Amino acid sequence: MTQLASGYALEVVNLTKAFGGLTVTQNISLAMRPGERRLIIGPNGAGKTTLFNQISGDMRPNSGEIRLFGTDVTQFTPYRRAHFGLSRTYQIITLFTGDTLEHNVTLGLLGLRPSRWQMWRPLSHYGDLATEARRTLDTVGLLHLAQHPVSEIAYGEKRRVELAMALAQKPRVLLLDEPLAGLSDTERAQVKSLIASIPRETTVIMIEHDMDTALDLAETVTLLNYGRVIVDGERNAVIADERTREVYLGT
Amino acid sequence: MKWIAAAPLAALLLLLPFFAGDFYINLASQILIAAVFALSLNLLVGYGGMTSLGHASYLGVAAYISAQLTSRYGFGHGPAAIISICGTTVMAAFFGIIALRATGLGFLMITLALSQVLWGLAYRMSGVTNGDNGIAGLTRPMPFGISLESPASFYWFALIVAVFAFVMMAIFVSSAFGSSLRGVRDQPRRMAALGFNPWMIRWITFIYAGFWGGVSGLLYVYYNKYIHPTSLSTTSSAEALLGVIAGGSGTLGGPAVGAALVLLLKNYASAYIERWNMLLGLVFLFIVLVMPTGIVPGVSKLMTALRRGSQ
Repeated sequence: MTQLASGYALEVVNLTKAFGGLTVTQNISLAMRPGERRLIIGPNGAGKTTLFNQISGDMRPNSGEIRLFGTDVTQFTPYRRAHFGLSRTYQIITLFTGDTLEHNVTLGLLGLRPSRWQMWRPLSHYGDLATEARRTLDTVGLLHLAQHPVSEIAYGEKRRVELAMALAQKPRVLLLDEPLAGLSDTERAQVKSLIASIPRETTVIMIEHDMDTALDLAETVTLLNYGRVIVDGERNAVIADERTREVYLGT
Repeated sequence: MKWIAAAPLAALLLLLPFFAGDFYINLASQILIAAVFALSLNLLVGYGGMTSLGHASYLGVAAYISAQLTSRYGFGHGPAAIISICGTTVMAAFFGIIALRATGLGFLMITLALSQVLWGLAYRMSGVTNGDNGIAGLTRPMPFGISLESPASFYWFALIVAVFAFVMMAIFVSSAFGSSLRGVRDQPRRMAALGFNPWMIRWITFIYAGFWGGVSGLLYVYYNKYIHPTSLSTTSSAEALLGVIAGGSGTLGGPAVGAALVLLLKNYASAYIERWNMLLGLVFLFIVLVMPTGIVPGVSKLMTALRRGSQ
């Protein structure tokens, strides 16, 4: 096992992805220590979500490498990466709308267990799964809605279910794609404290536009523009950097 | 409540041969066979989101294998049944690998193409299948020495198999695996990100549906004592699909209700109207317009509305 040989939780090396003539990520390299909190910023179309999609395996890069705890996972399917400790949330809410919140979170738990192949025992007999799903829903403050279908709950609550599904998996690396998008101020504060309470065993990498909230959560920041890494480093250094002001914070 | 409502239905099914004539008993047997077939297709269409237009392949191939083995090679019904079910299941595994390279329309076209190949073979390979003449003079099995020649005894036999099939498929869809399957139908990308293997889940379901398709094929050939290439035709696949959608895909009772509807129309209406297909089309159109999700979900929604209204 070459695990942790490099000492990094997540490494991205010279990642390049092009759609026809349009290069969306160009030679992106990142390295994250275990437990690190990183914020990815950049204007629309900077390649942030495309970077996430490559890390999670939804898209294959044209060249470059992705390593999780020292293991090259570039050729791994998304579900293999999930079993390797990678979870993600989606910018566009991707939930099972007809099912209850409890069922949604249960699927998150089931995905990593061998019992997902069980064809005889009804899912409702897995009391431990239900209990754990409800516990996770409790941590995101949605226990009272556990038996409601996702289609009946409010947008801000759906965002928290997104988070709950990923958190239930107790990931080693967690990708959060705009977890605060479209939330009210109160909801923002709730989700912020939720993200802040994620245990340190989990390495968190987050795309977010709401700088006021997100910067508090981040230790390191990476600025992308036109598919390239412009600035990368400690939070305060990146904020102070002239290029950051130019590309993003400007006026 | 549900069980109390099911009791009269169970009694009706069980006691039907005591008060119905042979014509109706036979019709009921045919409905049971069509219901097993539609239920197996529903695993793909309703629970897996894989709309297949070639499901008759499994019915037809199981029927042909059994017919061949018993009539030409002198096999007993027991071994012939086992071999034909195993053969059909292996074929489903192979077809699944081909068809699951695509989803949606592509999947539908591949299943259609594969079933057309079999249909063509059944017509052309007359040395094996007897071509357009079909294979006649087949016998029914005698489980535990009980003759299934009378309409009533065959009906009970079909009822036992159909109930067993229904229960097995109900267990399948409510299991953890069944939840994985519905998840893959609704959000395949998310399911993969959560650690599920969407392809494998679809493939296993495809094989399982092929297995029960094969079981319905055995019942079919036992009932008819005859097999003809039309059992492999697209019409045969499409009728079952129509039944699934009309009855309510993705529900347990829907496909059975839909299959019954198609068969009743076929048997009754064809006595009065030559173009019974036209009537079936109109009925189908009516269902789609009034209850887009099918009869069973539509009626249960109506019942809830009535109950609420009366309170």
